Amino acid sequence: MSVTDTIRFLLNGQERTVDGVDPTTTVLDYLRTHERLCGTKEGCAEGDCGACTVVLSEPDDNGVMSYRAINSCIRFLPTIDGKHLITVEGLKDADGALHPVQRAMVEAHASQCGFCTPGFVMSLFALWHAEKAPQREDVLQALAGNLCRCTGYRPILDAAMGMYAGPAEDKFDRDYSTFGRLRRLARITGLRYAGRGKEFFAPRSLADLADILRRHPEADLLAGGTDFGLFVTKQHREFARVVWLGDIAELRRISATDTHVEIGAGVTWTDALPVLDQHWPSFGELVRRFASPPIRNSATVGGNIANASPIGDGPPPLIALSTTVTLLGADGEREMPLEEFFLDYRRTALRRGEIVARVRIPLPTAGLEFAVYKLSKRIDQDISAVCAAFALRIAGGIVTDARIAFGGMAATPKRARLAEAALIDRPWTLATANTAAAALDRDFTPLDDFRASAAYRRITARNLLRRFCLETTGAAQDSRIAYG
Amino acid sequence: MAEPRIQGGVSAPVPHDSAHKHVTGEAIYTDDLPEPPGTLQAYVLMSPRAHARIVRIDTETARAMPGVAAIVTAEDIPGRNDVGPIFPGEPILAPGVVEYIGMPVLAIAATSVKAARAAAAVVRIDYEDRPPVLSIEEALAAQSFVCPPHEMRRGDAARGLARAPHRLKGEWRCGGQDHFYLEGQVALAVPQEDGDMLVLSSTQHPSEVQKMTARLLDRPIHAVTVEVRRMGGGFGGKETQPAIIAGIAAVLAAKARRPVKLRLDRDDDMMITGKRHDFLARYEAGYDDDGRLLALDMVLAARAGHVADLSPSIVDRALFHADNCYFIPDVHLAGYGCRTNTQSNTAFRGFGGPQGMLAIENLIDEIARRVGRDPLDVRKLNYYGTDTRNVTPYHQTVEDNIIAEMTAELEHDAAYAARRREIDSWNRESSVLKKGLAMAPVKFGISFTTQFLNQAGALVHVYTDGSVHLNHGGTEMGQGLMTKVAQVVAEEFQIDLARVKISATNTGKVPNTSATAASAGSDLNGMAAQAAAREIKSRLIGFASTHFKVAPGSVRFAANRVFVGGRSLEFGDLAALAYKARVQLSATGFYKTPLIHYDRDKGTGRPFFYFAYGIAAAEVLVDTLTGEYKVTRADLLHDVGRSINPAIDLGQIEGGFIQGMGWLTTEELWWDKSGALKTHAPSTYKIPAARDLPPDFRVRLYERSENRAETIHRSKAVGEPPLMLANSVWLALKDAVGAAAEHRVVPRLDAPATPERVLMAIEDARARAAASEPQPIAASAE
Repeated sequence: MSVTDTIRFLLNGQERTVDGVDPTTTVLDYLRTHERLCGTKEGCAEGDCGACTVVLSEPDDNGVMSYRAINSCIRFLPTIDGKHLITVEGLKDADGALHPVQRAMVEAHASQCGFCTPGFVMSLFALWHAEKAPQREDVLQALAGNLCRCTGYRPILDAAMGMYAGPAEDKFDRDYSTFGRLRRLARITGLRYAGRGKEFFAPRSLADLADILRRHPEADLLAGGTDFGLFVTKQHREFARVVWLGDIAELRRISATDTHVEIGAGVTWTDALPVLDQHWPSFGELVRRFASPPIRNSATVGGNIANASPIGDGPPPLIALSTTVTLLGADGEREMPLEEFFLDYRRTALRRGEIVARVRIPLPTAGLEFAVYKLSKRIDQDISAVCAAFALRIAGGIVTDARIAFGGMAATPKRARLAEAALIDRPWTLATANTAAAALDRDFTPLDDFRASAAYRRITARNLLRRFCLETTGAAQDSRIAYG
Repeated sequence: MAEPRIQGGVSAPVPHDSAHKHVTGEAIYTDDLPEPPGTLQAYVLMSPRAHARIVRIDTETARAMPGVAAIVTAEDIPGRNDVGPIFPGEPILAPGVVEYIGMPVLAIAATSVKAARAAAAVVRIDYEDRPPVLSIEEALAAQSFVCPPHEMRRGDAARGLARAPHRLKGEWRCGGQDHFYLEGQVALAVPQEDGDMLVLSSTQHPSEVQKMTARLLDRPIHAVTVEVRRMGGGFGGKETQPAIIAGIAAVLAAKARRPVKLRLDRDDDMMITGKRHDFLARYEAGYDDDGRLLALDMVLAARAGHVADLSPSIVDRALFHADNCYFIPDVHLAGYGCRTNTQSNTAFRGFGGPQGMLAIENLIDEIARRVGRDPLDVRKLNYYGTDTRNVTPYHQTVEDNIIAEMTAELEHDAAYAARRREIDSWNRESSVLKKGLAMAPVKFGISFTTQFLNQAGALVHVYTDGSVHLNHGGTEMGQGLMTKVAQVVAEEFQIDLARVKISATNTGKVPNTSATAASAGSDLNGMAAQAAAREIKSRLIGFASTHFKVAPGSVRFAANRVFVGGRSLEFGDLAALAYKARVQLSATGFYKTPLIHYDRDKGTGRPFFYFAYGIAAAEVLVDTLTGEYKVTRADLLHDVGRSINPAIDLGQIEGGFIQGMGWLTTEELWWDKSGALKTHAPSTYKIPAARDLPPDFRVRLYERSENRAETIHRSKAVGEPPLMLANSVWLALKDAVGAAAEHRVVPRLDAPATPERVLMAIEDARARAAASEPQPIAASAE
């Protein structure tokens, strides 16, 4: 069958139709080489520095325009089909007047070498639209994915607070035509694009997806792309046929019953955060340290699972919370405990043609004590050296059930069965925690690497269990640092 | 009514000249320049071996790959394969032997980077491994050095040690640091007629790129022109390293006869280029009951990497700062540049100074803990005096010492004593979390310690409308040099800053320049530009006095006008009149720093024109279960003399502090056993992020200061010194580690103090305290 669509989107308010480029061309490369819009910079090509930050705008479910920062360096161009791409060049008014964000940056002396500045401007632009009276914490979170090597950040934070001194509306708020123009770009059937001998599919339904996978079982599945993008930008691999899952509405649903929350595999971490925060505040805290807003705006819950990284932050808390994962293939669905999904290093239970469809997390009930802890060199935007999740059921001071899962301690996210066994039917005291902590040494044989030594991983794994005990038994009031 | 003033003169806190362009994305960096038609993209194939002989290179298949235009190895370099800035013998492409994992072996120019990479993938190279030297210890044992050792002596260290009431011996390490300029290394080489080469390079040192490119191409220096408008950060990483990048681009361009761009991606940049040196300090110190340092014998050994690069001068500067603010009666310092099979470490903000300074801060801290006194008291006790006790280990007298008064001011403003008491009592109540507090002074010597580098040139044109074109040898990397120098020129002519055009640094305009380095950019180029402006101004005065028949003394420049006797005219009108009278309105300016000299063999002299001072107080909160921590408050007081631009200076102080904090905390370079750097991108190498900024951050310029040396408008250099204010953070972490063991033992902590190092130091301190070890023998950790 023919694959003939062009990629259509708005770029700084102007319609673009793109054809003939490799579908794994990043948005950044497209901007710099095809559009010669060089304000957006490459600092790392892995979504870790933020110099490439741009904003994607589209109507949300309520028809309100949303403005979300993304890392253009690892985002493939066809994935912005139908959206409004806003870059640093697009913020000024027609008469040359600076956007309030830009003006605040100048007034606060918030640029030195200026190379990271466009990225900061775009992250702040997204914040300016999302939040009209942010606290310092909101600003820190909004900027977690932007690195500056010159200023030390103080003037940038000042700019973030000062950017509301100007007009409350910008030209994007005033331009009511964007909504209609995006609507006209919207597709009923999914994008099918070909360029440079490669194909790209963006199905809009599971039925379409099934159809594509039946014909192209070897196709590579792309979810948020925050790791997949690196296969192209870092490993320089070629992908002949990519299927993007980001436009499938059925995968982007969050639903709740009396007993469970179900999160579709295509739900981004940004969208998953509120429900996780609501039921498991500690999980919410972890998600706020999960990479950065631009990454969380792309990265999906399903992608974090299917990717099967031993240091992904999603699986440990999900496993501890008795999450099940539903896989969808040509023969229908099957559901399994999440820990059984991970077979070995980067190997999963997924069969050819299967996808991760959703996860199902039991809601907390009385007696559940849950916490997840992340250890990394830097608080924000860092990968865990150790991620530890604890879920205990306590009845009458006795541990009746224990689920402990760690990331960074083995080739897969893994439960600590011996430590769990050491807790069950014991009183939940520091003495019990210490016994179980000793068992952790037999549960895991961690590695030395650049994130941490095996010794550090062992000591902190034990100490995090102790912390969990201190916090849940009220034995220590001062056990956590506030990283504000 | 106040007299009208110009906008943006000296001392005005005007924004960076490019601020508007930064925030709109309109500022053009080297990779943003339009590429000439036919431009090729280059890719560098790196060595996968730490040390090996190249047996055979087979590029036949690669040459036939689509889009490939040129492949060059060391043998294809027309001139000398050598970009050594101090010593000869530093190749850009491996000449038969590879010396580190990441060393460029060959380079390919093709129609795209992708095509060049694809070609590189089919190059076959056979290696024969040789044993590598990877660590400082191995290099010391093998006497493997890149330069002769450097020694300084004052008094008799051995005798001083022998007589001292107390002695301690120790060993301490600090890690290196990647520059992590956001803009990676990049150069575009464009062949010109006559075999000339235009090189657009992201470099702090255009003249070096020019000279080295000419050498590589076997052409006279005049055949190469290098230009840079701005860099996306430099920090020393673009002082010598760009010669490698530009050199490879130029050699490829000469061979392909087409323009070639080489832009290293982040990973390749970090694998290929040098970083801040990691250091090992071994010391023996003598002190008295009060904690007075009486004698010191210290070795500072730096990991230089595979070639010298700037390591000799960096080791020198480490020694020059191993006294910091402290008088040492009997002292012997020795510095070694250790040759290892790793990236060739290079300049980085502070240039060895931070490592030397932190070594003695660690020592002073240890002495204080041993004698049971507050480390700040022991610091003050050991400060250089103003009239006595004021001679450095290199025999320069400290004549401008203001550290005691600055310490007193910050001690008061930061409420050090009260907070010390509060923290001590808080720590007694807190089981898991512990607080630490420390104050750390900085005295940093200003001038290149190589005398001849302390020179600068400028070129100023005045046009007939009174607009001014400014050019000088300094480069803009974000530090605001262009703005400051333009302010100097605006002040001189008494015209608004907007009338002074800042232009790209170009070797054809101002020749034979020094690197923009050593914090000296404004000192040197500001003076040179002032000299050029004064030259034109004196011609204008001469002309005006003749033309209007007044005494030269009654010609005055003020507020965009020139007052001549009783009348006044607009500055531009005078320029137009002068032009018609055939007055030359263009001039060069030149400056060389007076008074400085240093005899490296004797270890004596006056290497520094003056010193810049600063002091900081940092407070941290440490989690004793995990070693995680937070810098909760930092107070900085820094001496910039009379500031040319307080806003820009403040930015340098804050930015330097946070960068220094990164060096000492989360930034860890990690090589595996084969010598491969595994932290070569921001996913694995963690510079500070916004959240790491202390929530309570109080930064002030020391307002009472003015430079006693005759510098430009009595300002002081500001680029490097504030980085070392971050020593306070590391010392505060060490203090918190001590608190975790109830201050019963002297904590041992190396740098960077990652959460892991902090936790391990806590475990070590607690274990020693539990064993009731009364006095630790040495301060080495791990």
